[in-house]
Amino acid sequence: MKNKQKNFAQSRSLRNISTHYCPGCGHGIAHRLIAETIDELGIREKVIAVAPVGCAVIAYDYWDFDCSEAAHGRAMAVATAIKRVRPQNIVFTYQGDGDLAAIGTNETIHAANRGENISVVFINNAIYGMTGGQMAPTTLLGQKTATTLSGRDARLQGHPLKISEMLAVLPGVKFVERVSLHSPQEVMKTKKAVHQIFKNQIDNLGFSLVEILSPCPTYWGISPKGALEWIRDVMSKEFPLGRIK
Amino acid sequence: MTGNEAIAEGAIQAGCDFYAGYPITPQNELTAYMAKEMPRKTRVFIQAESEIAAINMVFGAAAAGARAMTSSSSPGISLKQEGISYLAGAQLPAVIVNIMRGGPGLGNIMPSQADYFQATRGGGHGDYHCPVLAPSSVQEAYDLMFLSFELADKYRNPVMILGDGMLGQMMEPLCVRRSAFGVRRYKKPWALTGCRGRRPNVVKSFFIREGDLETFNLLLQKKYHTIRREEQRWEGLFLEDARVVVVAYGTMARIAKSAVVNLRKAGRRVGLIRPVTLWPFPVEAFENSVKLKAQSAKRPRYLVLEMSYGQMVEDVKLTLNGRATIEFLGRSGGGVPGEREIEKQILKLLS
Amino acid sequence: MVKLKIDREKCKGCMLCVSFCPKGALSAEEKLNKRGIKPVKFKEEAGCIGCRMCMIICPDNCIETEK
Repeated sequence: MKNKQKNFAQSRSLRNISTHYCPGCGHGIAHRLIAETIDELGIREKVIAVAPVGCAVIAYDYWDFDCSEAAHGRAMAVATAIKRVRPQNIVFTYQGDGDLAAIGTNETIHAANRGENISVVFINNAIYGMTGGQMAPTTLLGQKTATTLSGRDARLQGHPLKISEMLAVLPGVKFVERVSLHSPQEVMKTKKAVHQIFKNQIDNLGFSLVEILSPCPTYWGISPKGALEWIRDVMSKEFPLGRIK
Repeated sequence: MTGNEAIAEGAIQAGCDFYAGYPITPQNELTAYMAKEMPRKTRVFIQAESEIAAINMVFGAAAAGARAMTSSSSPGISLKQEGISYLAGAQLPAVIVNIMRGGPGLGNIMPSQADYFQATRGGGHGDYHCPVLAPSSVQEAYDLMFLSFELADKYRNPVMILGDGMLGQMMEPLCVRRSAFGVRRYKKPWALTGCRGRRPNVVKSFFIREGDLETFNLLLQKKYHTIRREEQRWEGLFLEDARVVVVAYGTMARIAKSAVVNLRKAGRRVGLIRPVTLWPFPVEAFENSVKLKAQSAKRPRYLVLEMSYGQMVEDVKLTLNGRATIEFLGRSGGGVPGEREIEKQILKLLS
Repeated sequence: MVKLKIDREKCKGCMLCVSFCPKGALSAEEKLNKRGIKPVKFKEEAGCIGCRMCMIICPDNCIETEK
């Protein structure tokens, strides 16, 4: 190992502190991939991030670049304005499934439809983590949560919402890819996709989104390793991996 | 020019860089004017997908250091309240225009002043205030846009313009006098611009560590205290010897003024206080008038007029705190107290 | 031979690195760290091949290479 860059802890855009995330949570990996990408593209001093409401609400404590808070679901409205006011900056949102695909669906669809030249990192863990494990729009059928005690039932709660596929049909959307964190190989693919959504913005190509299937061992009620296996064996069957647009 | 257009032109002259809005009557001329004029000046206009998106766009633009503004009417302003609370919590400057209509609910599109409580008490969740400016003419609507952006930047706080449908739709001649005010550009070292040559900035209203939020709230309270002390504005008329003082703001004050002037011509000792800032409430105007009256033997009398069933009257009562007799006359849901009705009420109080 | 340095105080004990290590060079320590969990330790004798799987999957950036 000669390449010093591979020592992730030394990423310039990532503060060398412990996160508040649970053991085995995917947020830590996703944060790191974004920080690495920003360092590699040399855009740290141009980046303005918009953090969500949810477990990643204090993402700005972990990243070492400019960052704004947004009310729950409104990250893309906030990002739209930042990018319009400061087109020379690189603006991205980091949002969970509840934030992006439930309370913020309207902002999501319309920012995408306007073709805003922003990058979106969408963390799909099929659950509300911060509030204690309630059903998310992406919760799988049969999945037990604090608000679907005997499992999500399509007749009562509808089907898992495939927001990425929905967004892909919009002409304003340039790039959509679904990736996963369930193994080191998949993490590397995720890194590539994250890199791509930032590159697209730099090249002024328009709205680019990466959906990351991410483990939540705590509220799935399984071990960190079991959570990755569940993504591989179950979740990615409902949410197929790969380039959507 | 209509009041709505005057507000838009005033905002543009005052250096508004960013506008986002959503259609709602009776403020649509404002949005339309912005749609036409902002791009011409290479500034940003966005028709948002909702009032909620619009106010959060304003949040983003303000966070990025722009002079940002949105406008709406009562139901739309209700939708914006969460965003206004976040603006206050993140200490972001912004201007929000409410061209009030009848409520509650969808109500109607007639002029109303029933959003006074919402505007002056904060409106959204949490312990905050927005300075609230209430123009009563098209010219003043234009003029106050300069002050609103100035106050927003000076105090890093959202500022609200409270007008009503009548003011918004009313056509009056306008003197475009930018130079009379000047536009001061504030330095915004806290803004999100990319962290070149400095430590990263974070714009947020979240204080998770125990005690931090209380400390932050004390800081806000200190700011509000300063605003209360420094920024009260009002217009006073015939207060020196008035036995009855009429209190009204905005469109209501125009009708009130006309009644007061009529009665003065007839030799009646009546005066007017027209609050221009609804928050901070111009308590100084009342303190002065009570002092003047203390010299006469009679208990001072005030008549509060509103296009609501009594909202500002509570501030008058709080201010005078039992030192005067306070009567109220108001109508709501589109009704407006008329000149004759007001004169009759004043005469009753004078007798 | 590659040597890994593990920040035992940052480690939350999710053991993902352990399950992806092809050489079995990582395992839980017996001693607790300040968090009260058993962090991961590096077994030099297992012959780390520097594949970086552990570093890639670690959610908490606890693993670095040592020259």
